[in-house]
Amino acid sequence: MGLLSKKDVALIKDPLADNNPITIQVLGICSALAITAELEAAIVMSVSVLFVLGIGNVVISLMRNIIPSKIRIIVQLIVVAALVIIVDQVLKAFAYELSKTLSVFVGLIITNCIIMGRFEAFALANGPWRSFLDGIGNSLGYGVILIIVAFFRELLGAGTLLGIKVLGDPIEKTGVYQYGYENNGFMLLAPMALVVVGIIIWIQRSRNKALIED
Amino acid sequence: MGLKDSLHNFKEKNKDKKWLPAFSAIHTFLYLPNETTHNGTHIKAADDLKRTMNTVIMAMVPCLIFGMFNAGYQHNLEIGDIQAAAGSFFSSEFWTMDNFLIGFWKILPLVIVSYAVGLGIEFIFAIIKGHEVEEGYLVTGMLVPLIVPVDIPLWMLAVAIVFGVVIGKEVFGGTGMNILNPALTIRAFLFFAYPTWMSGDKVWVEGAVERANNIAAGANLDAISGETILGSLAQGKAAGYEVMDMFLGFIPGSVGETSTLLIVLGGLFLIFAKIGSWRIMLSSALGAIVMGLIFNQVVDSGWITESSKFYGLMSTTWWHHLLIGGFAFGTVFMATDPVTASQTNKGKWIYGFLIGFISILIRVFNPAYPEGVMLAILLMNVFAPTIDHYVVQGNIKQRMKRLKAKTA
Repeated sequence: MGLLSKKDVALIKDPLADNNPITIQVLGICSALAITAELEAAIVMSVSVLFVLGIGNVVISLMRNIIPSKIRIIVQLIVVAALVIIVDQVLKAFAYELSKTLSVFVGLIITNCIIMGRFEAFALANGPWRSFLDGIGNSLGYGVILIIVAFFRELLGAGTLLGIKVLGDPIEKTGVYQYGYENNGFMLLAPMALVVVGIIIWIQRSRNKALIED
Repeated sequence: MGLKDSLHNFKEKNKDKKWLPAFSAIHTFLYLPNETTHNGTHIKAADDLKRTMNTVIMAMVPCLIFGMFNAGYQHNLEIGDIQAAAGSFFSSEFWTMDNFLIGFWKILPLVIVSYAVGLGIEFIFAIIKGHEVEEGYLVTGMLVPLIVPVDIPLWMLAVAIVFGVVIGKEVFGGTGMNILNPALTIRAFLFFAYPTWMSGDKVWVEGAVERANNIAAGANLDAISGETILGSLAQGKAAGYEVMDMFLGFIPGSVGETSTLLIVLGGLFLIFAKIGSWRIMLSSALGAIVMGLIFNQVVDSGWITESSKFYGLMSTTWWHHLLIGGFAFGTVFMATDPVTASQTNKGKWIYGFLIGFISILIRVFNPAYPEGVMLAILLMNVFAPTIDHYVVQGNIKQRMKRLKAKTA
């Protein structure tokens, strides 16, 4: 047996598609709508959640036998809060501008349903290695959707990707703008994030009939 | 065998084909179905969904024709070729071939794009779902060109229609299942996506944007500006048009919404044909009047001064609100959409009243976007089922009480 057994691989692969935290479990929608107007912010958010969920799951899993079940939510919150503060401080120190864009949403990782959901549903009942893989898988699944949504929103809404003007300059009228193309300002507003997530869910479910529920 | 029979045979022969819904769509549009039910008692009514839709379109045609004349008239007036057609509906300055042709060549492509894109999507979805094409887009397709600025780029219109029909209607299950009015969804999309083409003083007059670009490029021309009345009032300027012009429609605005006279005639026609709900139209007007009176009272009492940014629209005489902007058009043709409006009679009064009330509220308090009727209708579309629910529950409660009183 190698490093990853078949079951372990499934822990990472399932949340990427068939059990995606955003499109199937519909968790973490709030941040998916709020910070996907720019690709860069979405990527940083994904990495932050990857860090918090990966380590948090391991910590909770290690403590799973000594946490009294009556106060387990408080213990979980303390673990997340500690990790989020680390992420927040790192961002403020090394990427100050970006941390301003993300504003409260880094702090709000604490309330991201995906994290508490994985602690409750997985880490409390499984060993640290499997919990770690589960945390990585779920945050990757979260990140993939975030990045897809942010890609379309930034490209169609602002004509840029990671701040680079890929479609030309709207003021100088170069690139596609010389043919009368204009940026779709609606894409930058939160309602369109919801519509884009909805379209992803639509495509996913029409490709995989097993996901359709009546 | 006549053409009609051979078409029916053709349909029978190709029953399993994937593209059959597309064929049936055109077929049933032109002919009545061949098969009739044989047992039981049925009431046969002449007005199916198609006839209903066509009646609404007929009510809108005068607005469309007027819009074509008006587009040319506004253009020629702004470049100084003609005199203002003040005061008289049959002004010879207005009803000229020159005016009509300018508008015709500008507005016809809007209508064609609207129907081509919208019906194209309907066909695709009908084929995917394997049922007959729904008639719902017939009215939407006519409404859309009437509620956009004349100079809107065609590709923007197409993008908005794709969004409005797919996200506003088809995802909910198609005609009859939508929560929001599709035409207004399309307009709302355009407004939020491309605000520079949907507001300001350049988009309402044919050729104004082009000329502004030419001037920016160094051409020696006078700029055309055609601010709508709402736009002027929102900036605290005078309306600049006589009341008669507002009523007859010789003012800048979206293509088909300027002439209150023709809209009222269309509304009367809809009421006469028993298609539009007079309750909604009347209660919307009432709601707008009440809100207008409240604001007039606020101004009269001296609670706000002329320096307030709300002063311009708040001090507008209450009944002028009914004539300017898209209020009349929205009330008559879009608030009355039978799918998205309230279904109960009492609900219709509440629904309509709130549309009028909120329209004027948004007009006054949102100077960046003084046209409130679109957002008011969309908002009330969302609440229509809730209103109906409480009206029905109230009725049930009342009858239970009556039953109790009787049996006790």
